Amino acid sequence: MTTQTAPAIPPVVSAPRTRQAVPMQRRISQVVIYGLLIVLALVFLLPVFVVLLTSLKSTAEVDISRMWALPQQISFESFGLALEELSTGLGNSFALVIPGTIISAVLGSLNGYVLSKWKFPGANILFPLMLFGMFIPYQAIIIPLVLFLRDIDLFNTLPGLILCHVVYGLPITTLIFRNYYSEVPDEMLEAGGIDGAGFFGLYWHIVLPISLPGFVVVAIWQFTQIWNEFLFSVTVAQGTPTVTVALQNLSGSQIVQWNVQMASAFLAAIPTLIVYVLLGRYFIRGLLAGSIKG
Amino acid sequence: MRGTRDRTIAILMLAPSVVLLGIFVYVFILSTAYTSLTNLDSMRQLGGIAPDFVGLKNYLDFFGFSPLDTRFRIGFVNTIFFTILFIAVCLGLGLLLAVLLDQKIKGEAIFRTIFLFPMALSFVVTGVVWRWLFNVNAGLNRLPTLIGLPQGTFEWHTSQQRILEFSWQDFPTIIAVIIGLFVILPAFYYVVQRRSRTAIYVLIVAMLINGYLLFVATPSLWTANARPETHGFNLAIIAVVVAAAWQMSGYTMAMYLAGLRGVAEELREAARVDGCSELNVYRRIVLPLLAPITLSAMIILGHISLKIFDLIYAMGGGDLLQIDVPGMFMYLETYRGFQPARGAAVAMIMLILVAAVIVPYLYTNLKGEAKK
Amino acid sequence: MKHLKRIGLLLALVLALGATVVLAQDAPSGELEIFSWWSGGGEAAGLEALIARFGELYPDVSVINAAVAGGSGVNARAVLTTRMLGGDPPDTFQVHAGEELNAVWVAAGLMQPLNAIYEANGWLEQYPQGLLDLITDEEGNIYVVPVNIHRSNVMWYNPARLEEWGISVPTTWDEFFAACEVTMAAGVPAISIGENWTQVHLWESIALGVLGTEAYNGLWNGTTSWTSPEVVATFETLGRVYDCANEDLNSLSWQDAAQRVVNGEAAFNIMGDWAAGYYLVDLALEPGTGFGWAASPGTDGTFMMLSDTFGLPVGAPNAGAVEAWLSFVGTAEAQDLFNPIKGSLPANTTADIGNAELYNAYFQDAYSDWTSNEIVGSLAHGLVAAPAFSNAFAGLIAGFQANGDAAGAAANAALLAIQTGLGS
Repeated sequence: MTTQTAPAIPPVVSAPRTRQAVPMQRRISQVVIYGLLIVLALVFLLPVFVVLLTSLKSTAEVDISRMWALPQQISFESFGLALEELSTGLGNSFALVIPGTIISAVLGSLNGYVLSKWKFPGANILFPLMLFGMFIPYQAIIIPLVLFLRDIDLFNTLPGLILCHVVYGLPITTLIFRNYYSEVPDEMLEAGGIDGAGFFGLYWHIVLPISLPGFVVVAIWQFTQIWNEFLFSVTVAQGTPTVTVALQNLSGSQIVQWNVQMASAFLAAIPTLIVYVLLGRYFIRGLLAGSIKG
Repeated sequence: MRGTRDRTIAILMLAPSVVLLGIFVYVFILSTAYTSLTNLDSMRQLGGIAPDFVGLKNYLDFFGFSPLDTRFRIGFVNTIFFTILFIAVCLGLGLLLAVLLDQKIKGEAIFRTIFLFPMALSFVVTGVVWRWLFNVNAGLNRLPTLIGLPQGTFEWHTSQQRILEFSWQDFPTIIAVIIGLFVILPAFYYVVQRRSRTAIYVLIVAMLINGYLLFVATPSLWTANARPETHGFNLAIIAVVVAAAWQMSGYTMAMYLAGLRGVAEELREAARVDGCSELNVYRRIVLPLLAPITLSAMIILGHISLKIFDLIYAMGGGDLLQIDVPGMFMYLETYRGFQPARGAAVAMIMLILVAAVIVPYLYTNLKGEAKK
Repeated sequence: MKHLKRIGLLLALVLALGATVVLAQDAPSGELEIFSWWSGGGEAAGLEALIARFGELYPDVSVINAAVAGGSGVNARAVLTTRMLGGDPPDTFQVHAGEELNAVWVAAGLMQPLNAIYEANGWLEQYPQGLLDLITDEEGNIYVVPVNIHRSNVMWYNPARLEEWGISVPTTWDEFFAACEVTMAAGVPAISIGENWTQVHLWESIALGVLGTEAYNGLWNGTTSWTSPEVVATFETLGRVYDCANEDLNSLSWQDAAQRVVNGEAAFNIMGDWAAGYYLVDLALEPGTGFGWAASPGTDGTFMMLSDTFGLPVGAPNAGAVEAWLSFVGTAEAQDLFNPIKGSLPANTTADIGNAELYNAYFQDAYSDWTSNEIVGSLAHGLVAAPAFSNAFAGLIAGFQANGDAAGAAANAALLAIQTGLGS
């Protein structure tokens, strides 16, 4: 309110006052802003601190009453035990995530190319119908999915799980590539078309060479999604448990100490965290693409 | 590039994806929908007994006509409270973080990385870690003791405390009151003020729904089950909200930050020149422009919270009813209780809830895009 | 003569060769998929030991150990059911004796009778009749081979602490509540309880103690009414036991709860005798001094049992190898190999139970109860009710814990019994 009445005060009088007041105010607000940011950052990092604190203790030292105490001696015992428990899961997850990511990225790129550059009647209806597939609760398809995989002999196998991730990854990969390619000017393709290049020629010579950022965004997104996914893993591929299933089993059923659990959680998080830290920019782009407008 | 042959190739290239999604999404949903209308039971099926068609029985059981299905209703009520709180916290915290980061501060990239990194984690990891932090005798409760304060006593995700209690049989009445407050009263006001035709229609439909809820649904629930079944806001949900918001607020932050960066600096500068304080620049210029982003974020967060499952499983181990949700119940009912028909009915309820949020969103979003 | 000798030698050679050919034809070979949820700890080690010995006996069989981890077998059973529904059974799979076997697999006609194996090995005399009854159908067909016995109704305590608090081991629930007042006054819960399934486990011990053997069995065959005052009393007792328990019960695993007792943070814990293995191996405590045990209140003279078994499903790809496996795991040798590692009793009575190097003081004691007590089956571990009932009953207990309505819980259990066809 005061600011709105401010113009009534003669500028000559007010100017020196503000000149003094603003830096003061600014300094205070700067302190508040940085203070808040640092406090919030510490809160966000608290779980990480606890994970490291707990996992660096030896089994003998893990005690609820001394949870916040620093380890008396740094021990990597828990990581060894965790690796033992999780090695199968980690292996399965890598065997899953690599083909899953590649196949869905390639299909998404082709779909995005078709939907952005080869518009056909009905595409505007088809595309939202495809997109709907990325929002549904997978519980709504899991029962027939399991029966279907069983009937084609892929139940309880990694290829079956790869199939799931490829199919249910199609909407998002298609969306990202469609948005990416729609920013490519049509004239670029027209020029290629004059040279007589067809569907594949244009894709190969013009679209693909500029697709790298799109592929990076999609690959990071799919990698993170598939690595972190749990419902499909726990229902269709128990025989080949992924890392999330292995982690859940570890914390659920056996005599496993907290240091090993925390070390396991850390191990399970490492691959996606590395990707995130190294390629965070692309990660955020994929993230925002998920809200369609991106 | 407009050759007919190439156009055919293009459609053919898209066809496999369309067919796969057609089967894996739409045919499967239809199959689940049909299953939910039967009494399919894996154990009976093993014995070669075919399921019978039972209509809406499973749904009616869940919504109050079977006293045995308390668990579904606990999960349903939990989901409502969880969704509201989760969205509120993520929006509030996300906006705060975005505005703070928008102040041209040093080390912005580092802060952004810190606030966003939980997004890269699995809900299972989040659940396992926070379960340890929420351990009643360790974890957060012990944190105050480090500076000499007494140990915290809140039992987090295992808390049995419940507030805002009501009987399930009165649930339709509560919904009716909410509709009354938020639909009928405003509509009535509009009718009186502007004689709007739309408002009259809304008023009539809302009053019909309320009439059904008050005079049909509530009495029939009390007839079906005379023993009051208490539900309410389980405080344990707060723990789940903390863990989920820790993971997801970075997401709203990123969305808001993208939006803030989109607000032209000239616009803000103009406002400042006009004598607006920094606070008012936000209140009057920036925030209204962020409204569409808020709506998007609400929808994305809402559909995540409505189908949440892995976080609950990791935190509670499956049978912790205070934080139970339909996604958890669906899994156990189908694969532990061997009752796929009931599991399918839960899944369909989840799908309907999510679709109610997502379909209008997809519709408006893509319609807007087509106009462009 | 020389000639004859040579012919004799040749004949012998031919015969020996023929015999080996015949043997080779009879000896099982190929792959044998063993499906279980024994994926960790002593269970997995015990299974590995069995497989190793089996490999020595049948070198031509390559065993696939298809253990599915997690959820105390929930995940494994989900996978198994899906595979069986699709006509893709493993060669042999782990299943609890009792209704989990009978109401599901046997009722569906998916198991093959094993009477020939029992007769060939003389097991009909070696296995206790009460156990055989649990795995035999009305026509006298036996469907599985039990490998172990666990006891469900055991109460664990820390002898030194009880002395400190001046309480003795309660033999009835009234005595327990008296002890509860003493320990609660000392600021210690009288009992430690863990997550949901351990509460179902607790309820079955309470029900057995409150109802007695006959009425407890009546719950499962339909002769005891679920809404009778006695059954309501089982829930009321559970409610009072909750009042004597730790506050954070839902967040504890069974191990956490068991550990509270030895730490002196609770006086008693009711858990199956796999807890003995946890105390002995993981916590390295001495039976009798480090930890003590007794039948849960009111159940002395009754042994509530559960048993893991293996069977031969219809359509098993390698039935010959399964028969060899089953013939092996039922022997005293195999059971003496498996049970000391897993921490359970042998089901075969000719096992070397007297050998203190294999079976410690707890198991010696439990074995004498096993052979002299009345035998009843466990609900929480699949013996007395089909999965449809026990799954919903777990939810019912969780609901009861939240609202404390004993009459309501009993009424709901009665409804559930009708819906799931319990006792029919």
